[in-house]
Amino acid sequence: MHQERDADIELRLLIEAIYLKYSYDFRDYSGASVKRRVAHALRQFELKTISALQERVLHDPSAFMQLLQFLTIPVSEMFRDPTHFLAIREEVVPLLKTYPSVKIWIAGCSTGEEVYSMAILLREEGLLERTIIYATDINPRSLEKAKQGIFSMENMRGYNENYLKAGGKRLFSEYYTAAYDYAIFDKTLRENVTFADHSLATDSVFSETQLISCRNVLIYFNKKLQDRAFGLFHESLCHRGFLVLGSKETLDFSGYKNQFDPLVKLERIYRKS
Amino acid sequence: MRTSFPGSSPDQPSLPVVDAIVVGASAGGVEALLKIFRTLPRGYRLPILAVLHVPDQRRSQLAEVFAVNLAIPVKEADDKETIKPGTLYFAGPGYHLSIENDLSLSLSQEERVHHSRPSIDILFESAADAYGERLAGVLLTGANSDGARGIARIKEYGGLTVVQDPAQALARTMPEAALALHTPDFLLPLPDIGSLLVELERNAC
Repeated sequence: MHQERDADIELRLLIEAIYLKYSYDFRDYSGASVKRRVAHALRQFELKTISALQERVLHDPSAFMQLLQFLTIPVSEMFRDPTHFLAIREEVVPLLKTYPSVKIWIAGCSTGEEVYSMAILLREEGLLERTIIYATDINPRSLEKAKQGIFSMENMRGYNENYLKAGGKRLFSEYYTAAYDYAIFDKTLRENVTFADHSLATDSVFSETQLISCRNVLIYFNKKLQDRAFGLFHESLCHRGFLVLGSKETLDFSGYKNQFDPLVKLERIYRKS
Repeated sequence: MRTSFPGSSPDQPSLPVVDAIVVGASAGGVEALLKIFRTLPRGYRLPILAVLHVPDQRRSQLAEVFAVNLAIPVKEADDKETIKPGTLYFAGPGYHLSIENDLSLSLSQEERVHHSRPSIDILFESAADAYGERLAGVLLTGANSDGARGIARIKEYGGLTVVQDPAQALARTMPEAALALHTPDFLLPLPDIGSLLVELERNAC
């Protein structure tokens, strides 16, 4: 165990150094996952100890940007959990339509799959033109990729299946142009999307919103940081605004439990009380 | 390495005190797990955390199926819940399950390990971190090598390790991969693993 305790100390120092130098705050992330990702980064950097990695990233911002790619998890897909998007279409959209204009915040948008999914859904429901979507993430490279809207062609078959199960009304292939191995998504889908750098750990609310989607982000936070994020969402949402979470995320263990009502509990769709 | 565990008898080997048990299985795992867990009596107090490789569907009936067949409470692991004694937790489909140092559970969607999410290695390695020597790891039948690294880590950190005898496993790849990486404390057939888990609890509580 002795070796292990050393690694735990080194890990804390690395996280602290990153915070002090770059203002990225991983201090309240779930430890087991951060530890694995740093171990993975060590192998890629071909370094023996976390201390050596700390020295590298402290003195070399480009090395930090490289490490950030390991620390953030870009696992995403379009219309992930199709029944979730079906529930948004059927239960949430009719209520959103009662607003003259809609603001949506996709928090932790990673490389943009959720953003394009939401935009497609809103277009089919006639809402996209009067909606502004704020898509935020802490990883500038992910945001850059999200802005481009170019995804690997090999994923399209699976996304198409998801799209159909999610109640898609057209042909999924109408939304992209195939170019070699890539699917280039219709850029009008992102006309009303603002991509921005925002951290749920350190930044504050920037706009009032009617719907916030934050899926498979909060699982990487400890309870304290989860509550900070829920606080931001509560502050940003309008009266009776919607909060949608990932399929394994819940308000049940949070201090904000009583400030939201479940609308479709199984699909993790909540409304501000 | 011992190759039998006689249950309650005078020649029983002395066991360490553990605070939790982690179990991993793949192909053939449902039957193997049922066989082992059916030996656990009502009121069993050690927490058990299990990864059984399942198809990547959205929801799994695993916890329900085991709940109706066992005397101990069973549930699918939730993110950020605190581990309760005497409960059997299953990792749900599509997410890795880890144990945090404060003995709460966390889920993640990192890359698959050995094509699997949940991964046995991830549960076992995080459990070894959290519990150190006060942990027992059990690796059963399976057709890939997930869990081998994890159970070796448990041993490295001083925990107790148990591998199902590959000769009696429905799929021997998984136990054999574990044996190639480390020598477990016990190499046992299923009935003996059941007896061992019962005895571990008597010893600990």
